[in-house]
Amino acid sequence: MGKYLLRRILQMIPVVLGTTLLIYALVFALPGDPVAAMFGDKPVNQAVAAQIRSEYNLDKPFIVQYFLFLKNALTLNFGNTFAGQPVISVIGRAFPVTIRLALMAFVFEAIFGVLFGIISGLNKGKWSDQIILILSLLLISIPTFVTGFVMQFFFGVKWHILPATAGVDPGFIDLLMPAIVLGSVSMASIIRLTRTEISTNISEDYVRTARAKGMSNFQVTVRHILRNSLIPVVTYLGADIGALMGGAMITERIFNIQGVGNTLYQAILRGEGTLVVSIVTIMVMIFVVCSLVVDLLYAVLDPRIRYA
Amino acid sequence: MCVLVASACSALLVLSGCGSAENDSSHSSAASSDAVISIYGPEPAKPLIPSDTNEIGGGNPIEMMFSRLVRFDSKGKAVNEIAQDIKPNADMTQYAITIKPGWKFTDGSPVTSQSFTKAWSWGANAANAQLGSSSYNIIKGYDALQNPGIDNNAQLEGLKVVDDRTFTVDLVAPSSTFPTVLGYTPYSPLPEVFYKDTKAFGEKPVTAGPYKFVSWEHNKFVKLAKDPNYKGGLTVKNGGLEFRSYSDTTAAYADIQSGNLDVMDFIPTSALKTFLTDSSIQAKSQAGPIVQYMVIPSAMPHFKEDEEGRLRRQAISLSINRQQLIDKVIGGTATPATDFISPTIPGYSKNLKGSDVLKYDSAKAKELWEKANTISPWDPNASFTVAYNVDGGYKDIYDAITNSIKNTLDIKTEASPIPTFSEFNANLAHRTFTQKGMAFRGGWQPDYPSPEAYLKPKFISSAADGHGANYGDYKNSQADELLQEASSAKSIDASNKKFQEMQEVLLKDLPAIPIYCDNSKGAASKQLHGFEFTWKGTPEYWNLSK
Repeated sequence: MGKYLLRRILQMIPVVLGTTLLIYALVFALPGDPVAAMFGDKPVNQAVAAQIRSEYNLDKPFIVQYFLFLKNALTLNFGNTFAGQPVISVIGRAFPVTIRLALMAFVFEAIFGVLFGIISGLNKGKWSDQIILILSLLLISIPTFVTGFVMQFFFGVKWHILPATAGVDPGFIDLLMPAIVLGSVSMASIIRLTRTEISTNISEDYVRTARAKGMSNFQVTVRHILRNSLIPVVTYLGADIGALMGGAMITERIFNIQGVGNTLYQAILRGEGTLVVSIVTIMVMIFVVCSLVVDLLYAVLDPRIRYA
Repeated sequence: MCVLVASACSALLVLSGCGSAENDSSHSSAASSDAVISIYGPEPAKPLIPSDTNEIGGGNPIEMMFSRLVRFDSKGKAVNEIAQDIKPNADMTQYAITIKPGWKFTDGSPVTSQSFTKAWSWGANAANAQLGSSSYNIIKGYDALQNPGIDNNAQLEGLKVVDDRTFTVDLVAPSSTFPTVLGYTPYSPLPEVFYKDTKAFGEKPVTAGPYKFVSWEHNKFVKLAKDPNYKGGLTVKNGGLEFRSYSDTTAAYADIQSGNLDVMDFIPTSALKTFLTDSSIQAKSQAGPIVQYMVIPSAMPHFKEDEEGRLRRQAISLSINRQQLIDKVIGGTATPATDFISPTIPGYSKNLKGSDVLKYDSAKAKELWEKANTISPWDPNASFTVAYNVDGGYKDIYDAITNSIKNTLDIKTEASPIPTFSEFNANLAHRTFTQKGMAFRGGWQPDYPSPEAYLKPKFISSAADGHGANYGDYKNSQADELLQEASSAKSIDASNKKFQEMQEVLLKDLPAIPIYCDNSKGAASKQLHGFEFTWKGTPEYWNLSK
């Protein structure tokens, strides 16, 4: 187990190096000159532009810029944004909001996804299954921004049930609608996934054996069917945490949540390499850690899997 | 400040103000004088320093905190604010400025001559890397401060302090418009404390103006409060302003509709066709200062500044149905151009000699185009191509313009999209469009309300060839001379006359074809009073109450 963990953690190093280099190269390759863009329509004062370029190392070749970034990042100095603020404090402001939003969406999709999936799977072919099937297909097929704008219009603007945007210091109520919007597509996928797994497992031999032993229906469902059905669901949920953090960009824009997605979007528009790479690196690490946790959870759910 | 016009997209943009669908000058007795007004404002892109800010996110709060020597009345006319007297010498190359006594910064220090001279020198000095440094280029000694390695305390040679309340400004060339220029935000005074720690100042500015700084929480808001010690001419009718960070205008608009936000000076594309009839808000749309041009580079084959080129430029201009374009494509939220500036600027005219060329006339367009063909025939396979940036929402507009030209002149046309404003800008700087023989979109927002703020940067020879925003590289000595004469005229009226003469030359040459002036557009919640726009198209924030 310890060895396995160590190996997985060491694997993160090349992954992080590779992604940062790739992202840095992509931002560098963006057309347009970020410094000239700061001047807008106005003529660029070359003396000033040169000053700004040297301040942000933009006058150096790409690979030098990248290694300077790495070197500073190792000492946890991520530099300043074009607005003159430390990258670290920008990230420090953006992540808590996004994490709150992602967790709310995660809890929402996990609870309702699994719940409806179980109802659907245990009642295969009945009317409750049919209704859940139609609703989940509907949710999967509608893009987030449509759900977002439609919900914002009706619940926020028209009926005043929930705040139309998340506002300055978003609390639970402010983030409720964004979280539902963000979690809805994944929730529908989880419903589908859970339903399929349950309806397959329900007719397996071991379930019949358990019933033959005289176990109660409840025990059979929880101990045998659910435990086996949830393995792929957990994998999906684990991978989804990362997706929820990064994929919140659209939701964050619709509801004006100043989180990671929004910050990243603005940074790309401004061509701020260091900020983009710093954010993406953190997201990569979240992905890697989540998938590690998921792999470890397998062992808990499935006694046949052991990590040596 | 406003510089980023061209990327009319979202947050960075600058835009403007707006006209009136509803007139609400009603003064409700319930209006409270200490209400805080919430305002749409993107997160400032830079620290709150007047010389480093060229976008609305920081520009609007700065405008409300920092009084200048002059301010602009609702017609865009400069009136004295901190200045008591601004007196030019005989040839308009030197101004003697006296300031009113008693003005103080929020830290209690007095506003003196040095508050101005040191601030302008600091802003102009390239070592301090200020985005607005070129705003001071009319002051003598500016060029010397652009040398690499300059001491960051070096002062502008043209500024001389006489005493605490008097100083003189030597200009590089005569300027009758200088008193108007003084109202531009980089010309704000700064207190001594600024130089001790400019970084800390940018986060927490010390100012003298109608509002004082309260707090700035990044990505959340910038809060200002009415300054009871304000000595200037504005009457502040509310208790403070809160500029709330929005990264997307659609979200802000939804907040206006649901009553969570008081006012915004921008309308998202999705609401452009509905906002004027939306009963849940107060809407405004009126002519604003931004002019949209289609620039045809002077080096473009068949369009050079000769007889053939002029005929073709006129034919192109005559074949654009501006009113129809505005009504059908942008929901009537613009005003057809009748000269090279906007109706909100003193000196604007509808009847300049030759301005008929800006009106749609398909028969005349065809006639002129054919006449040009007799000089040098147009290759029927050649395409008249116009480049524009997609992120500003210009696709429909440029498709419509090129279609209008195609249908009128029966030639091939093409609207060529460039994905981002940043890339578009790089193409302008490198003259990529010119080399490819393409025309391109040009938008302009003036820094101060004078025709000069359009004509000089866009059409003077000295701003061509990479020295400024004359991206079409138009050079005409007659136009230059008229600009010169306008600048050295003895009064604003006399100079505006000359600016009009200069525009009559432009109407003949058409280095750029004025298409329309963007309307200043805005929305406010129902309960807000005093929703009116300045010459710039921003709400008169001090007048708002609820």
